[in-house]
Amino acid sequence: MTVPALEIINLNKNFGGLPATQNVSLSVLPGERRLIIGPNGAGKTTLFNQITGDFFPTSGTIKLFGQEVTRLKPHQRAHLGLSRTYQIITLFNKDTLQHNITLGLLGLQKARWNMLRPLATYGDMRTEAIRVLGLVNLDHLADRPVSDISYGEKRRVEIAMAMAQRPKVLLLDEPLAGLSSGERTNVKQLVAAIPRETTVVMIEHDMDTALDLAETVTLLHYGKVIVDGARDAVIADEKTREVYLGH
Amino acid sequence: MTIETTSSATPAVEAKSSTLRIAFYAVMGVVLLVLPMFSGDFYINLASQILIAAIFALSLNLLVGYGGLSSLGHASFLGLAAYFAAWFFTRGGVDHVSAAVIAILATSVVAGLFGLISLRASGLGFLMITLALSQVLWGVAFRWAAVTNGDNGLSGMTRPMPFGIDLNGAANFYWFALIIFGVSFILMAIFTESAFGSALRGTRDQPRRMAALGFDVWMIRWITFVYAGFWGGVSGLLYVYYHKYIHPTSLSITTSAEGLLSVIAGGSGTLGGPVVGSILVVMLKNYASAYIERWNMLLGFVFLFIVLVMPEGLVPGTKRLFNRFKGGAK
Repeated sequence: MTVPALEIINLNKNFGGLPATQNVSLSVLPGERRLIIGPNGAGKTTLFNQITGDFFPTSGTIKLFGQEVTRLKPHQRAHLGLSRTYQIITLFNKDTLQHNITLGLLGLQKARWNMLRPLATYGDMRTEAIRVLGLVNLDHLADRPVSDISYGEKRRVEIAMAMAQRPKVLLLDEPLAGLSSGERTNVKQLVAAIPRETTVVMIEHDMDTALDLAETVTLLHYGKVIVDGARDAVIADEKTREVYLGH
Repeated sequence: MTIETTSSATPAVEAKSSTLRIAFYAVMGVVLLVLPMFSGDFYINLASQILIAAIFALSLNLLVGYGGLSSLGHASFLGLAAYFAAWFFTRGGVDHVSAAVIAILATSVVAGLFGLISLRASGLGFLMITLALSQVLWGVAFRWAAVTNGDNGLSGMTRPMPFGIDLNGAANFYWFALIIFGVSFILMAIFTESAFGSALRGTRDQPRRMAALGFDVWMIRWITFVYAGFWGGVSGLLYVYYHKYIHPTSLSITTSAEGLLSVIAGGSGTLGGPVVGSILVVMLKNYASAYIERWNMLLGFVFLFIVLVMPEGLVPGTKRLFNRFKGGAK
């Protein structure tokens, strides 16, 4: 049996008395495209934050490729091949696009501890950063600060920064949020083009777009997994209509 | 408190500000080199004090400007190194070189410990813990009279004689301080431009993102804290050589606050800013105080003026005005 890329077993998280994650178990296979849906406040982003290590769960286990990571810090998980994007754009606003991507590259290299050599002299990182920006069609803006570019372009930089790390597991937190329909198509193509070596788990509200990208779907409601399985089965499920899709 | 940095937008603006930067360094360099030839001992000594204050402010700026960690306890490291050097030299019976090495090493170790404690928090919490720790040291210096000689301070310190050169003359000490300042400035500049320095600025702007990218944010901050403590110690060593005496006020909140004011007035997160800020503070403190009794009030007005007119600090503010007059985009 294949070892799952991401495995979550009986995960619980309480904020004070409020349960945000309740007994969540799910398993994502290598290369899979998983969509996580649920109404606002269902605990989707909270689940992401536990996978990345921003919050520790109250109880339960998280495994990456069979290795338990439940108590590892976020930076340690990044070195195991986990990468993410944020629902609220989290970029280095005053720095250039190229510098943003370079930080993504630097994070996984020993050079991040180098206190003598200027970052600007790492030509190979610059070249790679511009290549990655090319993947999201932003290489022509490489030397502009992030504050100069549009919201839709920032969304693409978010994805590029995560992709630059060549992650094994990529968590996308609402990559389409706030985008116009033209930009949506653009970002959708980017997500569709992510290589199969990368397992993708995505939170998204835009069903029309997201369902095209997903193979499997997990529906969360009040921190619990309501339905979980192949895309069409989850959509057809009675409970999905009730909780999420409406009539 | 958020600290604004100044990265220029377009290549055209970049070119202009680098012209300005080269002009600034050229003027500073010439002034620093010809100063002892044209001025009397009073001004030479004033310049030495500025150099010492500038090393102190530059080291604090690593935390405040590049790390986004506002400390109100940086005097700890200046005072500790000064006390260690003075105590080991006057009472411990060791020579100048050993006393200096012990002082810097011990100060760095204490910085490591203080970093462990204060980096449990960031923002206001960090500020308060650094303040509290430095107040503890200040209290010890005041009360533990058997070792520190309390309010009388430790006297009897002499200046070292590197390569047999007597540093007791104002000019000779100035050259000594200038060399140490030059080395400090260059090494801190290399640090801020390095890959590690870029990571440090990243942890200031987006700590959560940096952790998700694989950077150990805590460790980056701690290393910076120790490095800043080390250079704070270097400034303390020069401080005690200059005054040949050390008193608990060197550990007081006033000393920390003057450093912080220098950084903010000159422009945090820039290399020139803390130097300009130190010139301003030391000049006001030593020069203006000869004419105006309430020089602290004057200092207050000057800072009020800076905060109102150039909230980002004198160096970035001047750069902004310069670019505007040159017809720059911003």
